[in-house]
Amino acid sequence: MTFVAKPRVHHPQLPLNDLGLTRRDYEGSVSTLCAGCGHDSVSAAIVQACAQLSLPPHRFAKVSGIGCSSKTPSYFLSHSHGFNSVHGRMPSVATGANLANRELYCIGVSGDGDSASIGIGQFAHIVRRRINMLYIVDNNGTYGLTKGQFSATNDKGSTSKKGVPNLYAPIDLVSMALQIGATFVARSFSGDKRQLVPLIQAGLKHEGFAFIDVISPCVAFNNHNGSTKSYDYVRGHTGNVIEADFVTPGVEITADYEPGTVEDVAMPDGSTLRLRKLDEQYDPRDRVQALSHVQRAAEDGEVVTGLLYVDPDASDCHEILGTPATPLNALDESVLCPGSDALERVNASLR
Amino acid sequence: MAETTYNDFVIRFANVNGSGSASANGMFAKALFRMGIPVATRNIFPSNIEGLPTWFEVRVSEKGYAGRREGIDIMVAMNAETFAEDIESLVPGGFLVYDNSKELDVRLRRADINRVGVPISQLVLPEFPNPKHRALFKNIVYLGALSALISIDFEVITGMVSAQYKGKDDLIAPNIHALEIGRNYALNYLDCPLPIQVRYSDAVGDRIMVDGNAAAGLGAIFGGATVCAWYPITPSTSLAEAFEKYCNQLRTGKDGERNFAIIQAEDELAAMGIVIGAGWNGARAFTATSGPGVSLMTEFLGLAYFAEIPAVLWDIQRAGPSTGMPTRTQQGDLLSAAYASHGDTRHPLMFPSTPKECFEFAADALDLADRLQTPVIVLSDLELGMNDNLSEPFDWDDARRYDRGKVLDRDALEDIEAFGRYVDVDGDGIGYRTLPGTHPEKGAFFTRGTSRDEYAAYTEAPEAYTRNMDRLLVKWETARTLVPAPEVHDEGRRAAIVYYGTTALPIPEALDRLREDGVELDTMRIRGFPFDEEVRAFIERHEIVFLAEQNRDAQMKTLLVNDLGLDPARIDSVLYYGGFSISADTIYEQVSDYFEARKLPRLRAVSGRRDGAASAGEVGS
Repeated sequence: MTFVAKPRVHHPQLPLNDLGLTRRDYEGSVSTLCAGCGHDSVSAAIVQACAQLSLPPHRFAKVSGIGCSSKTPSYFLSHSHGFNSVHGRMPSVATGANLANRELYCIGVSGDGDSASIGIGQFAHIVRRRINMLYIVDNNGTYGLTKGQFSATNDKGSTSKKGVPNLYAPIDLVSMALQIGATFVARSFSGDKRQLVPLIQAGLKHEGFAFIDVISPCVAFNNHNGSTKSYDYVRGHTGNVIEADFVTPGVEITADYEPGTVEDVAMPDGSTLRLRKLDEQYDPRDRVQALSHVQRAAEDGEVVTGLLYVDPDASDCHEILGTPATPLNALDESVLCPGSDALERVNASLR
Repeated sequence: MAETTYNDFVIRFANVNGSGSASANGMFAKALFRMGIPVATRNIFPSNIEGLPTWFEVRVSEKGYAGRREGIDIMVAMNAETFAEDIESLVPGGFLVYDNSKELDVRLRRADINRVGVPISQLVLPEFPNPKHRALFKNIVYLGALSALISIDFEVITGMVSAQYKGKDDLIAPNIHALEIGRNYALNYLDCPLPIQVRYSDAVGDRIMVDGNAAAGLGAIFGGATVCAWYPITPSTSLAEAFEKYCNQLRTGKDGERNFAIIQAEDELAAMGIVIGAGWNGARAFTATSGPGVSLMTEFLGLAYFAEIPAVLWDIQRAGPSTGMPTRTQQGDLLSAAYASHGDTRHPLMFPSTPKECFEFAADALDLADRLQTPVIVLSDLELGMNDNLSEPFDWDDARRYDRGKVLDRDALEDIEAFGRYVDVDGDGIGYRTLPGTHPEKGAFFTRGTSRDEYAAYTEAPEAYTRNMDRLLVKWETARTLVPAPEVHDEGRRAAIVYYGTTALPIPEALDRLREDGVELDTMRIRGFPFDEEVRAFIERHEIVFLAEQNRDAQMKTLLVNDLGLDPARIDSVLYYGGFSISADTIYEQVSDYFEARKLPRLRAVSGRRDGAASAGEVGS
């Protein structure tokens, strides 16, 4: 952990993206999380995803709740505004931010305490409302900032650092998101950047609510032998259903994929989401199958990762509300104020 | 027979809720209003959908007294369950209008009132075969009977029926028929008209009849609110609903685009979170709630105070604590709103008294929140929010431009060298903010509820934290000059009464009655917190200061003592907290008791002019 400012000097050989920017232009301040924290890998994946997509680094609204995960919006995209809000309430702040300006990319970062306990109500309702955003949960099964209490995503029987077993069944946010109607649901592992980066890219391009549950081990409190969210456990119990590979029109970003069945899904902006089917039977556009697959795997102690469900024709809250293409925060008096003549007619109707 | 009085009585309709009486009762009040007679309505209703007692009261007053008055002159008793208590509430000599299809129980008879029996059930039975219609038309029958009994212009009522059912023309004829059944019965069989009557007046002028919540919803539209997030709670629900109704009429573009976003949130926490997220991102946003909702919003209010994000919250107060009396009125949230949240927090408050002020404050609060970059709470109540009252018509200056406060756009950022979100450049405690996405290189900062320095960098350094908290106090002093000033009538008397919000309604009547006893009072209506300097000066100018409010704990007094450092002994409270709106009688009695208890000769003690006092004048606006 360090408070030293990150130097802004670029290596001269760093590759430039379509905007002429390097990966460094998408970074944030130096992380204050523990060395080896999975959350920092997630931040790095966000940086890489945004840089590769050549998205303007100042056109994001970054929102978070409270907790280790919620600190991370400081650590990526420092040219964009961030809002570290209230414990469990990131979804409502994200909703307001998105309603105010639909043109910004909205990234919400939350944790398992933030989203599965104190904020589970808001999590459920932002899924329902279909806010156009990428919602990432850095899921480590523990409360880090308060020193290692179990969170609601922790598996029953998993032990704390001191060896005490968790007595309660876990809440699976992926199953919840599928059940409530999220139009993009994925799970990944912070240690698997090759899978995580394309998922983040696809989630950013999804025109609706995109949810990624990222198993992100806590090196301080939940990376020991009895934990089911440790690096070793997750690496040993991962079942990969779908590899997602995000392709912008014309340019393929990542090419070195293993052979297998490939399925391209057209994204609304003309780009292509390439899905690699590892399981012949798996159709990522079948919500019911996704739910049963995730739950069956959980019964077998497996963590299913990859893109579990996507609805390529998803709509978002602005479509539901019928708001204009111009962001609401850019409308002025000429549009917003009906004027004195209209008011006089209202007066007349009240006499 | 008593001498006939005109345009001066209180009538109460006792009904069962869900029986369709609201429409008939509303038409009664509107008919009098259209005859130019000032009316004030009060809906006294239970927290229930159907089957419990509900009352609708209309204060009719040529003098324009809008406050509640104790005692009922005419009781239209249509609810068997409350019949006994309804009879009790009549003043001696009052009139009981009731359905005498069955004979009145002898135990319920009062010798000192007049019974006006109309066999309503028997009258509707042969005319309306459908039992559901029969129940509904009973209400219309008594309205028809009343038109004859107190001389309401029948054409005004029939005109309203035609207007109300325009497009559903098959409903017009049966309604008018029901009106005629009641009216003809009264004309043929009753001693008509009663000595309590109405007659045409010009006392209404160009005023409108509207409730405060509708006015506030409309004002928010004119004030440029684009995001409304709310959770249903009585008595605030109709504010968000009015915003939606008027948005559909007034904010829909040529291509059908809706220039607003309304979210019925999952709870009040989310409602406030949405408002704060939208405010952070530069949209004008508000929520409406009541006391329990404010409790849930307090964590977010603290965040918005500390992170300095504009937000507007309408608290339509009801009787607390806890669920309290959810359909009764009170001014009980002053302290919980003013200091909502943990740590050192305080929020500017506005206190509207009339529907017109609700309209104005709805727009002004949005300006104020943007200017001060902080949550602004408007404290209305059920009395103002949910009852139709006379109001000056709304007006809007088309030259008015929204005050979006200190927001740096892309060009402004180009011109400055270093942006510091919390630097007090102008010495008013308010920094410059930027909106997300404004500039590729400059102006981005991280918003958080944790402490930071002037450049929004996280720090727990004691000096930086203290500097920031002290700057927020400078901002508080700026707020003092921007919230609505008090409305003062100071004629140099030695005693005065201070009030705010709906406690203003019965004040003119209370003052008139006190004057008859030789007690003359100067007045000050507080409209904003933190308090304007004139609030302190007015209190200090007067020897005796009454403060009338509708809560048990004298919350405004606490605010005054706390904010201005006044001696609490300088203020004598006039308090009412029973759930109805405070009446002129209550104010008259408590002020009178003060003089009785101290054996003060009223004229000399109170009405004398202060030495060197200014002559009659009006300060503030």
